[in-house]
Formats: sequence, C-alpha cells, structure tokens
Amino acid sequence: MTPLVELKNISLSFGGVRAVDNVSLDLHAGEVVGLLGHNGAGKSTLIKILAGAYQMDEGEIWIEGKKVNIQSPRDARRHNIETIYQTLALADNLDAPSNLFLGRELTNRFGLVDDAQMEAETRKIMARLNPNFKKISEPVSALSGGQRQSVAIARAVYFNAKILIMDEPTAALGVHESKMVADLIKELKAQGLGIFLISHDTREMLELCDRVSVMKNGTMIGTEKVGDVTEDDILSMIIMGKARDAA
Amino acid sequence: MTDISNAGTESHPSPKAPKRSFLTQLEIDTRLLGMIGAFVLVCLVFNVLTDGRFLTPRNIFNLTIQTVSVAIMATGMVFVIVTRHIDLSVGAMLATCSAAMAMTQTDILPRLLGLGLGHPLTPWIAIAVGLIVGIVIGAFQGWLVGFLTIPAFIVTLGGLLIWRNVAWYMTDGQTIGPLDETFRKFGGINGTLGETWSWIVGLVAVLLALWALWSARRNKISHGFPVKPVWAEALVGLVIAMGILGFVAILNAYEVPTARLIREFKARGEIMPDGYTAAYGIPYSVLLLIGIAIAMTVMAKRTRLGRYIFATGGNPDAAELSGINTRLLTVKVFALMGALVALSAVVASARLTNHSNDIGTLDELRVIAAAVIGGTALAGGIGTIHGAILGALIMQSLQSGMAMVGVDAPLQNIVVGAVLVLAVWIDIVYRRRTGGK
Repeated sequence: MTPLVELKNISLSFGGVRAVDNVSLDLHAGEVVGLLGHNGAGKSTLIKILAGAYQMDEGEIWIEGKKVNIQSPRDARRHNIETIYQTLALADNLDAPSNLFLGRELTNRFGLVDDAQMEAETRKIMARLNPNFKKISEPVSALSGGQRQSVAIARAVYFNAKILIMDEPTAALGVHESKMVADLIKELKAQGLGIFLISHDTREMLELCDRVSVMKNGTMIGTEKVGDVTEDDILSMIIMGKARDAA
Repeated sequence: MTDISNAGTESHPSPKAPKRSFLTQLEIDTRLLGMIGAFVLVCLVFNVLTDGRFLTPRNIFNLTIQTVSVAIMATGMVFVIVTRHIDLSVGAMLATCSAAMAMTQTDILPRLLGLGLGHPLTPWIAIAVGLIVGIVIGAFQGWLVGFLTIPAFIVTLGGLLIWRNVAWYMTDGQTIGPLDETFRKFGGINGTLGETWSWIVGLVAVLLALWALWSARRNKISHGFPVKPVWAEALVGLVIAMGILGFVAILNAYEVPTARLIREFKARGEIMPDGYTAAYGIPYSVLLLIGIAIAMTVMAKRTRLGRYIFATGGNPDAAELSGINTRLLTVKVFALMGALVALSAVVASARLTNHSNDIGTLDELRVIAAAVIGGTALAGGIGTIHGAILGALIMQSLQSGMAMVGVDAPLQNIVVGAVLVLAVWIDIVYRRRTGGK
C-alpha cells in the first residue's frame, strides 16, 4: 500500500545549524506516528516543513504516491494537511467560529463573511467534539485551555483533514482534557486519518501511537513499532541517540 | 482531592441562568454607551459654561465639519493600529496630497490640457491625482514595513519629515489658491444638501438602518439562534431613527444668513423675495464621512480582509499559519490609510479654500488620539470604526468648547493631552473589569 505521506531525505539549516539533517519518515492512513526527542531535536522543525510553515533546503515530500510542492500553509491545506500547534495558533481577540474558519471564511452571495452560517457550523461540530462548549460568540481568550484546544482540533476535523499534525496537543491541558484529546485521536485514527503526534510524554506516546520515531540533533535515530519496544528502550534512544539494534 | 472537585464544578456550571439585566437584553456595547455618555457630558458642560451657545444648530454644524478631516483618517488609523502598527506620517502625507491636488487644479491641468478652474472635469481629476499620490505613498510605506520589516514607527517617523517637506518643496512653501469651486464644495459650509435633500437622505438612512436590523434578526432566527426580545429590538430601532432624524433636524435648523442669500440671488440676477429663508442641511463632507464610516465598518466586520486585519492584530503567527499573507496585508492596510488621507486632504484644503504650507500639521497626533480615545488598543486586535469617529468628535468638542469659553491656547492643549491619557487609563480599567476583552 502506498504510504499517505513520505518525507524523503529532508534537510533544513538555520544559519550554520542543521536543524533537520537528511531525515526520512512515512505515515500510512489510519496510523499514528509519534515523534520523540529532546527540545531542539528537530521534531517541530520537521513537521513545520510538512505544514508549510518552513521551506526545506533539500528533500522531497510525497503524498499518496505523488510528489508535491509545499511552499506555504495554504499549500499544505490544499493537500488536506491540518496542523494543531503547540502554541495553539488562535487569534485571541476573535470568537470560536472566526478562528475555526480563519483563512477559509464562508461567504454569502455578496462575497461578505457569513457569520451566522459559520456560527451554525461551529455549533454543529462542537456538539460532536466537546458538548460542554458553550461560549461560541466570546473571544477565545475567555476560554479554558481545553476549550481552546477543541477549537484548534475542530478546525482540523471540520475541513476533512487526511493528514493531521499535532504538536504537543496535551501540553497545556489538565488530566480530564488530555483524556478527551486522546479519545479523539483514537476516533480520528479509526476514521482513517494519518496522524503525526509530537509529545514529551513517552508513556502517552506508547499508548496512542502505532510507531514512534526518535530524533536527536536533527537526525533520525530510528523508528520502531510500539509493540516491539519498552519505555526504557525508547528513553535510551532519546538520551543516548543510539538505535535499538546497536544498543 | 479538592483540586478534582473544583475541576468538576467548573466544567459543569450551575444550570440556573444568570438574570439578564436591561442592558444585556438590549445587547448594547457598554463601552460605546460610556463614550456617548462622556460626549454628552462634555457638550452639556460647555453648553452651561457658554450660556447655551455650545448646543446651537450653528455650533453643532461647525463642530461636525471641523471633525470630518480627522475622523476620516481616524477610521484608517484603526486598521493600522489593530495590525499592531502606527502611522505618524498622516499629517505630512495630507500636506503632500493637498499640494498635489492644488497644483493639479491651478497649474498642471490648465497648462497641459487647457482645463481651467471651473471646468467640470477639474475637481475630479484633481481628486484622482490626490488618491493616487496617497495610495502610492501609503503602499510604499506599507511595503517598507511589511516586506523589509522596518518598524512602522521608524518608517512613518521618517515619512513625517519627508512628506511634509516634499509638499514644501513642490509648492516652494507658497499658499496655492483659490481652488476650484466644485472642489471647494467638499469643505463644509460651501457645499450642503439643503433642507429637502437632507430630509430625504435622513429618511433613506432610517429605512436602511431598520432594514439592516430586521434582516440581521431574520438571519439569526433562520439559524435558530437566540434573538433579543421584540421590545428591545424596537427600542434600538427607535433610538437609531430618532438619532438620525434629530441630527438632520439640527443641521436643517441652521439657516443661511440673509446677507448671503441676497448675494446669491444677486449673482443669479434675481431679487430675493421677502421672508425667504434657506437652511444649510447636511454638508457633503459629512456625507462623505458617513459613507466612509459605513464602508469601513462593513470592511471590518463582514469582509475577509477585515477579518484578516483583526486576526493578524490578535495573533500574527496564527494568521500566518492560517495561510494569511500578512506582509501583503500590511501593504493593503497602509495603502488604505493613504487613500483616506487623500480624501481627508480634499476636505481639509476645500475647507480652507486653498492649500497652505502648514496644512495637516499635528494631525497625526489628533488622528492617533481619536482612534485611541475611541477604544483602539495599541497592543493590536481591538478597535472599532464608530469608536474612532466618536473619539474625533470628543476631541473636537473639547477643543472648540474651550476656545468658546475663552481658555488660553496652551491650556487647551494641556487639557486635551491629559484627556488622552485619562481616556486610555479608563479603558484599561474597564477592560480589566470586564475580563480582558
């Protein structure tokens, strides 16, 4: 089966630092692949290349067997890639519908933004994702971390993402809300989405992911099926930077 | 354990709905209400201090035409400040636009095309030239800010010096005038709608406002959203209608002086009938401001461009990651500011009936102050068009009122400066109390 995404020999340097150094990685439909590593290992940089936020120096991106050119977030969206960022890329001063549809507003026949329609759609999707979500027309700055996260996730779900990138989706959340996100990841996976997940929580990763990849200093240490490794194996890969076979 | 129980109650708020107050039922912005209150208070105080001379049709008429120039620019400054930039060059740009328009009318057109003052095309070509100059300067400054990432403060501080002196250089510092007669109609008292047309415009405005209210309500109902009670809707509609018609009535109550009427009749070779009176009505400049205010409000609230402007102000990174071209957006915002400066230059120079070398001096500060008093947050992301216009009106009322009372010029500026700081402080306190909106 052709992988949903293939990243081939990706490299990107900032100044003299090779943030991502000749990294290859693939992702299949209905699969969750976790990216692990220290801060500055290059995980976020790698997925930002796929999301269109950074442009790679070298390498190729293939989606569903076709080579694609991703120069901007807009390009990534066109290939049904949606990203949920660690920093929750929301405009705090706008309400949930405006954020959900940011960059892709629904318009009426005069080309004007149709707020009522967007609010109706937001209510529909929120009823599914987070039934407790009531503050539809307040600025998202008034929302809790979990509610803000559900706005970010709703954005990915609403636009029928095929490839979902989640950069530490539970970093700012409490226990209850983290569980909600975990359940959602399982549900989306069952629907056939391919998900890249970045997290520091090794245990959570082993629970949610099918495969985990470990990066260190911009290079790929190795990718393992979660069934084949223990938490300690993964930790030694992260810390020592050695692939399991060599250990 | 306490943590867990707290979290439980937080996520399940008590089902008892909070009692809705009169104001929340009306769904009126309390901030706007406060500003209108402050404006009314200023007017009433000056009215008492001037023995009723402040709130006469004549003074209200003058107040509105004096406000127009700064108010037009303040609507554009809202967008600039919302995107976390600033434009210190608007007063200087106004001078350059005004100089370009004055020279087009009095020198370039007569010399190149043989179109003199009074030719029907002259004013429109001049205004087009002014708009092009404003848009080009604005877009260029926006490009420096957006693409070369030079801070807007620096770009426009340089612009303040540059454009002021470009205007000086172009005109050799001379006053250029008189300007075309049709062009001068945009200045205020020289161009008004007259009584009948003012009423017609007022009635059309009322009908449009009521239609807008009704269609917004219908749209909400069609999506099954809660709407305000009918009495609240009707009350809002009534207040708006009375406001519009009251404003028209006041402007219509200002009658043209008899001496001027006699002169006008004489110019046409007629004799004025006994007891003839005529009222000024709505000035064209005020009509222009109202048109701009509506267009800018629609742009802010109902277009993608407006949505992106506010999103970029709220979180530039989020906007960028959502696929918004924030650099090009910066160029557009500054170009729009330039266009509004040009229109403002039309009003300002038409009001003076000539281009003078010091036109627009210190306007940048008045414009920024109007936007900020009107609730535009310098941190970005927050601001309204109507607020900025109200801010301009409050500033102008203070200035004119103090002049009428006979406050010394230095004291006037001291008071205006203090009011600016006070207004921002009140705004900060208000935002903190209402939960950082």
